[in-house]
Amino acid sequence: MIKYFKQGVFVLSIIPFVLIVYKTFYNKLGPEPVKEITHFTGEWTLIFICLTLAMSPLKRFTNLNFWIKIRRMLGLFVFFYATLHLFTYVGIDYRFEWQPILDDVVKKKYVFIGFAAWLLLIPLAATSSQKMIKILKQNWKKLHKLIYVIAIFGSLHYIWLSKTIFFKPLIYSLIIILLLLLRIRFKKTT
Amino acid sequence: MKKIKYSEITPEKIYKNRRSFIKSLGLGASSLAISSISFLNSASAKNRDELTSYKDITTYNNYYEFGTSKSDPYRNSQIFKTTPWEIAIEGEVEKAIKLSMEEISEMFVSEERIYRLRCVEGWSMVIPWMGFSLSKLLSKVNPTSKAKFVEFESIYDPTQMKGQRYPVLNWPYNEGLRLDEAMHPLTTVVTGLYGKKLPNQNGAPLRIFIPWKYGFKSAKAIVKIKFVENMPTSSWMWASPREYGFYSNVNPNVDHPRWSQATERIIGEGVWAPRVKTLMFNGYGDEVANLYTGMDLKKYF
Repeated sequence: MIKYFKQGVFVLSIIPFVLIVYKTFYNKLGPEPVKEITHFTGEWTLIFICLTLAMSPLKRFTNLNFWIKIRRMLGLFVFFYATLHLFTYVGIDYRFEWQPILDDVVKKKYVFIGFAAWLLLIPLAATSSQKMIKILKQNWKKLHKLIYVIAIFGSLHYIWLSKTIFFKPLIYSLIIILLLLLRIRFKKTT
Repeated sequence: MKKIKYSEITPEKIYKNRRSFIKSLGLGASSLAISSISFLNSASAKNRDELTSYKDITTYNNYYEFGTSKSDPYRNSQIFKTTPWEIAIEGEVEKAIKLSMEEISEMFVSEERIYRLRCVEGWSMVIPWMGFSLSKLLSKVNPTSKAKFVEFESIYDPTQMKGQRYPVLNWPYNEGLRLDEAMHPLTTVVTGLYGKKLPNQNGAPLRIFIPWKYGFKSAKAIVKIKFVENMPTSSWMWASPREYGFYSNVNPNVDHPRWSQATERIIGEGVWAPRVKTLMFNGYGDEVANLYTGMDLKKYF
């Protein structure tokens, strides 16, 4: 049962990717396609961050363990969409011209924090296997608390890049704050 | 950089025919399915002086009065009423006047003026506007010696303009120019585009266009032009004075605090086209650079 559930989640998680590839190659992204891809992959990264963070509270509320079983996969999808997002910016938008990219990373705080968030994801993705969990033991849990920092960086990235309309970035930030607050409460009661 | 003449620009139709001809050449060698994939037949950047399509010009707009997303203005402006329309020219003038749209179109002949539009967000279009120099309209009044700046006020009508029901900007939209900028022949009163009446989403019935400044300086649906003594505070300056200056000249060397202005994307080019270098004064330096001699453009951004 859990196997099919996992497969279902995988298929659902890959749908945004299939959609954006289709739209890219068949010119369905409107007048500013590169911006569309950037926003799309960025938003899905945030959605997967929220989903990943929602798993352990869900386990608490429902007393079901399978939420934790899909958490790793959702976390890896965070890395997947974040990498696509970064690649769109570096490869498609700036065509690997490093000078303007480096300028952006150093000078623009939203680029800096976004890039930092992606860097922090690397150790998490690299230590996601069962084997690494065994090797790292208690440290694994500590290391993977980095996702809280990444989530905050991600929401700041979105807020800082917005012009005057903060509605959507604020919604994501509120969800992330809520999901983080749920954890603090759990620690005190258990 | 010289002004682009209409004859130097490939009209949309010819451009499209050319594309479909190239496409049909490809048919022999590759399958239909493959040649319809954009990646394979539009990998090269098109000439930056080619006209942007009517569709892109009229469906991809920043016009917050009708909503903040790019497709909102087209969707939400169709029922906008532009008749009757009156423009007041007042302030530091000997005698204030009011002109109806009918009077304006009788007084001034609109000509085709092809200008690049560079948005502060880092994209650009080439638009065949219909219009005439603002100086002609302003010459209908005699400014007093106190007049140093010109302020433009757009219409305020939240019943028709959804976006004005939210405090996104301080409505009505407000912009301004120094008197010499306003009198410059490139500063245009726009009444149409592509030889047609100006669509609502592009600022009907009357807007201004200042080709060497970022797009937001070119106020739409203007109802009031006011000569003033002190530098006006535009809506965007109100919203974020650190990010939007009064001058807002296109300048690749002065970054917006949150993004670089060194390059831009040309609208309609597709995913695989590279960014192009942004030109000083959007390429109109020969005509307008003398307005700013001796000014530190980093300070007066």
